[in-house]
Amino acid sequence: MLEEQQNIKSWFYLAPALILLSIFIFYPIFNAIFLVFVKDFNYLQGTHDGFTLTENFRYVLRDPNFSMAMLNTMLITFVSVPLSVIIALLISVWLNAIPVKKIQGFFQTVFFLPYVTNAIAIGMAFAFLFNQYYGLINWFLGLLGISPINWVGMGASWGRAMFSLLVYITWLGLAFKIMVFLSGLQGIDKQYYEAARVDSASRSRVFKRITVPLLSPMIMYITVTSFIGAFKAYTEVIGMFGERLGPAGDDRSMITIVALVYDALDRSGVPGALSEAAAAALILFAVTLVFTFVNLQVSKKRVHY
Amino acid sequence: MEEAVYGNEKQIKRKQRIRLAIVYALVVFFAIFIIIPFYWMILTALKSYDQVFRSPPLLWVSPANWQFANFSAALEQAPFLRYTVNTVVVAVISTLGTIITTVLSAFAFARLNFKGRDVLFMILIATMMIPGEIFVITNFLTVVRFGWIREQTYLDAILAMTVPFMTSVFYMFFLRQAFKQVPDELYYAAKVDGKTDFQYLWRIMVPVALPTITTITILNAMNTWNAYIWPRLVSQQVRFQLVSNGLRDAFDDTAGVIMYHEQMAAALIVTVPLIIVFIMLKKYIMRGVSRSGIKG
Repeated sequence: MLEEQQNIKSWFYLAPALILLSIFIFYPIFNAIFLVFVKDFNYLQGTHDGFTLTENFRYVLRDPNFSMAMLNTMLITFVSVPLSVIIALLISVWLNAIPVKKIQGFFQTVFFLPYVTNAIAIGMAFAFLFNQYYGLINWFLGLLGISPINWVGMGASWGRAMFSLLVYITWLGLAFKIMVFLSGLQGIDKQYYEAARVDSASRSRVFKRITVPLLSPMIMYITVTSFIGAFKAYTEVIGMFGERLGPAGDDRSMITIVALVYDALDRSGVPGALSEAAAAALILFAVTLVFTFVNLQVSKKRVHY
Repeated sequence: MEEAVYGNEKQIKRKQRIRLAIVYALVVFFAIFIIIPFYWMILTALKSYDQVFRSPPLLWVSPANWQFANFSAALEQAPFLRYTVNTVVVAVISTLGTIITTVLSAFAFARLNFKGRDVLFMILIATMMIPGEIFVITNFLTVVRFGWIREQTYLDAILAMTVPFMTSVFYMFFLRQAFKQVPDELYYAAKVDGKTDFQYLWRIMVPVALPTITTITILNAMNTWNAYIWPRLVSQQVRFQLVSNGLRDAFDDTAGVIMYHEQMAAALIVTVPLIIVFIMLKKYIMRGVSRSGIKG
């Protein structure tokens, strides 16, 4: 009786969240699976033209933008994630070595700033930093005797635009990682370092043998979540290049997988477009799953808990 | 002998000092790397037209020549104050909704016993793996069906931008952890005192979990500030947009040459409120972020 009562009461507490989750999370999952297997779905009339196993996937794969989107997404992921993890790790170790708490706190605030800015606003600032004639980057390169490079302007090459984008995305990713690593470092027992000092171990040895292993659960967590986040890169591209998703004259050259989803969604009135969006989203999910799985396998061997 | 030891100590001290100097140099170097985009944004926002379009660029403008008119020019480009109000409204409503739904459900998961609790919780956690794009497609159709898109009123727009985000599995998980730290004895004591579960939740659990609730509020508000994709999808009128959309639309170079000084002034208008909030609530934000990182 009492148990029954608790059961009923519990569902009352859960109801608001569960109702929302059912409408906006659970139903969409099933609907995405439905969408991806129907032909020419028309949402205005709710009609479709039979079922298909692979047609929607094939449609996405054949999209001339798809290989570009895949290449860009992979590049963003496999360059910006390792780079920002390593730089963030180094910065947090150095920050942690600052003995004066006030100075440490000041720099902590500075390094955290990118986290609390608007990705569009700061993306625009980056685009102007990389401006061929009026930007700071080319001014600096000019000091080194390098003539102005067209990074993001009209007619900029794919490689240069991608380089600029990678700089921006790496920069943007540092703040969160530094904070997590720093709080991890501050949780490491000082005894380990004392012991290392007594053994007069070298700095790099201490870093490799103590800091990294003890921080490895956090490095792992950050790497997995950053990979998942990087696969979804899109807003950063819009911040830097606008809805055009590329330098002027080379539209969509910085397109990503998520951008494919929204491109299809923008055509939602066209029969079948939503199925393409669902197919692209499921491909993204599959990619994420595979790499998360690989990450976890690697970590099983490397992470010390 | 003594001298040698002393000398050795001195050497170690000197080595340490050099090491520290290197650490400071590296930290300052990277700090500059972080600051430059902000500096460039502020500097450009204060330059005049002639100064912006000058090559090589000016690295400093004396305060006497700062062009504050850029800010009013930016505000003429698009109603950024209105976008800011919209963003604040959306942030407040979605955060309130999120806190109510997650506190109630996290309480059930942390404190109450019911059939299928652990299975349900596992299912919820599993959904965190799924990229949001999968939900967005159907959610768009759902808000259309709810009548929030066609002939959109301000209320419709606010509903479309808030209701789908009024709960979060991640925050639920986060709160459940906080609630679990409250010792069981308190619960039984409250029961003996004849308190209902709801009174217990409100009087004891919520105050204990207040730091976590604060963190959730801040993280949620920041997400709204950065939201771009969903508001762009569902807001049908320019004046219903949020700051990110407004900013991007107002300064696209499809309309010709970008007035960078006005663009950066607008970017600054959008960035500054968040930075002010951050500096005021630094302690909570940092704690929240490092905690959300440790959860893994």
